[in-house]
Amino acid sequence: MISAKARRLKERMYKWGFTILAFASLVFLAGITITLFLEGLPVFKEVPFLKFIAGKYWYPTYEPPEFGILPLILGSLWVTVGAVIICVPLGVGSALFINELAGKRLKAFLKPIVELLAGIPSIVYGFFGMVIVAPLLQDLLNLPVGLTAFTGALILGIMATPTVCSIAEDALSFVPRSFREASFAVGANRWQTLTRVVLPASASGISTAIILGMSRAIGETMTVLMVCGGAAVIPHTFFQPVRPMTATIAAEMGETVMGSTHYHSLFAIGLILFIITFFFNVIAELVSRRFRIKLGLGR
Amino acid sequence: MNKKVTQNIGFGTLFLCIAITLFFLGSIIYFIVARGFKVLSWEFLTSVPKEAMTAGGVGPAIVGTVFLVIGAIVFALPLGVASAIYLTEYSPKSFIVNIIRMSINNLAGVPSVVFGLFGFGIFVKFFGFGVSALSGSLTLGILVLPQIISATQEALIAVPQSYREASLAVGATHWQTIKNIVLPSASPGILTGVILSIGRVAGETAPILFTAATFYTRGFPKSFFSEVMALPYHIYALMTEGTHPEQQTQIAYGCALILLILVLSISAAAIIIRQRQRGAAEA
Repeated sequence: MISAKARRLKERMYKWGFTILAFASLVFLAGITITLFLEGLPVFKEVPFLKFIAGKYWYPTYEPPEFGILPLILGSLWVTVGAVIICVPLGVGSALFINELAGKRLKAFLKPIVELLAGIPSIVYGFFGMVIVAPLLQDLLNLPVGLTAFTGALILGIMATPTVCSIAEDALSFVPRSFREASFAVGANRWQTLTRVVLPASASGISTAIILGMSRAIGETMTVLMVCGGAAVIPHTFFQPVRPMTATIAAEMGETVMGSTHYHSLFAIGLILFIITFFFNVIAELVSRRFRIKLGLGR
Repeated sequence: MNKKVTQNIGFGTLFLCIAITLFFLGSIIYFIVARGFKVLSWEFLTSVPKEAMTAGGVGPAIVGTVFLVIGAIVFALPLGVASAIYLTEYSPKSFIVNIIRMSINNLAGVPSVVFGLFGFGIFVKFFGFGVSALSGSLTLGILVLPQIISATQEALIAVPQSYREASLAVGATHWQTIKNIVLPSASPGILTGVILSIGRVAGETAPILFTAATFYTRGFPKSFFSEVMALPYHIYALMTEGTHPEQQTQIAYGCALILLILVLSISAAAIIIRQRQRGAAEA
């Protein structure tokens, strides 16, 4: 029989053990931040910050090299905006269909299907875009190349749709039944209830879905690496090859000399990406917290 | 316009949305299955690549992916479950706990290629593990950690409070309650989370680009310290490197199909387990 004192000591040890292990996420996040700063900041000794951000030319291997990431930022922006234009209506529309129109059995079938599709690896989308969609678009639209910002946006949009749909559907299912019943009681039909009661009530939940979808699109790597064409020039139309930030890191990291300006510049791009997605996540968090309070869900 | 007509147009649009979504996703699966199926054979699954990647199989890539998955889960599972136990069973409502919660959420949103940069800077360079299955596993482990934590938290929260109270009432300590009562009741939920994260790890490419993967190894991976071939990276490499695009694309179809089957069946298993459980809980 162990004494009460020994038992208390053991309990305390377990508590401390779990406390220490729980700090792992914080340590990793800090580690990521520190690594990106340590490896990324040295680039600004060689290239002034403004010239890096707003420079129009990305020629890291030329002599003399140019490290302007504006074409890469714009590449990411075009592809992300295009993807959002596709995935938001499709994702939210699908969520509304599943939540409001589908019968119980259809819903029980569609929900897991959408979730399953959200898990298809991005490399598979990239591969599909490269071998099927790009040649098809090139033929259909009579383009010089099939791998363009448009192809990237299309594939990325399809890829983000299940994610947006899944999160938006969750938000819709949080809207209390009483809201709908009250609307029906005053004579509104299903469509009016949907557009004037359910959508406004779940607006911030759906916004969270959209922000997280955007965050996923901007951070997505393999798809854009494979289907965007990879030309680091400032895009003028959607039907031009671009090289988003993520694709640049993935494509060039293997070829750089460790410790060179080029090497540091890739970490600096990573740092900028990290900061952008960090902001997206903070905004998503704040919006979803407001949503919970608004519907009286607490937590 | 008539109320009824507006409603019909509206509902029609929503139906169109889901139809388009399912059409696109269905066609992806159709093309990969139809074209990949022709390539699949026992030999393709088990043998090594031959004749400069234009023939032979992808055995080493499958084994490499298994290495990475096992490594990542072995690393992330204990950490994730422990973090979740702390957050749901022990944590006082404090500033520190909020910071931990926030870092988990933010970690979940970090782009996968940034994990790759981090893994390269820390594991490959700083710790000197080199480009190896070990570096890749650790990087992937950190990537799925938030997913494992939130799945475990959900499973723990679902355990009724009365279970804990009953255990404490008969004199069990806090830790005994967690070990003997809470964890066993939550284990199916935790299992689901782990299975889903296996699917995620198996399909990720960007984090292993510079930490673990290589286009070609002579044979099967020998240890966690060797470079490995991996299914997702192999698809990318086949499409962007090498000199025989025609034959390489065929092999890439095969790889994509294997990956798709692997990931979809893993996630389907998890979803089925979860639905059974929910059904049991409601009954």
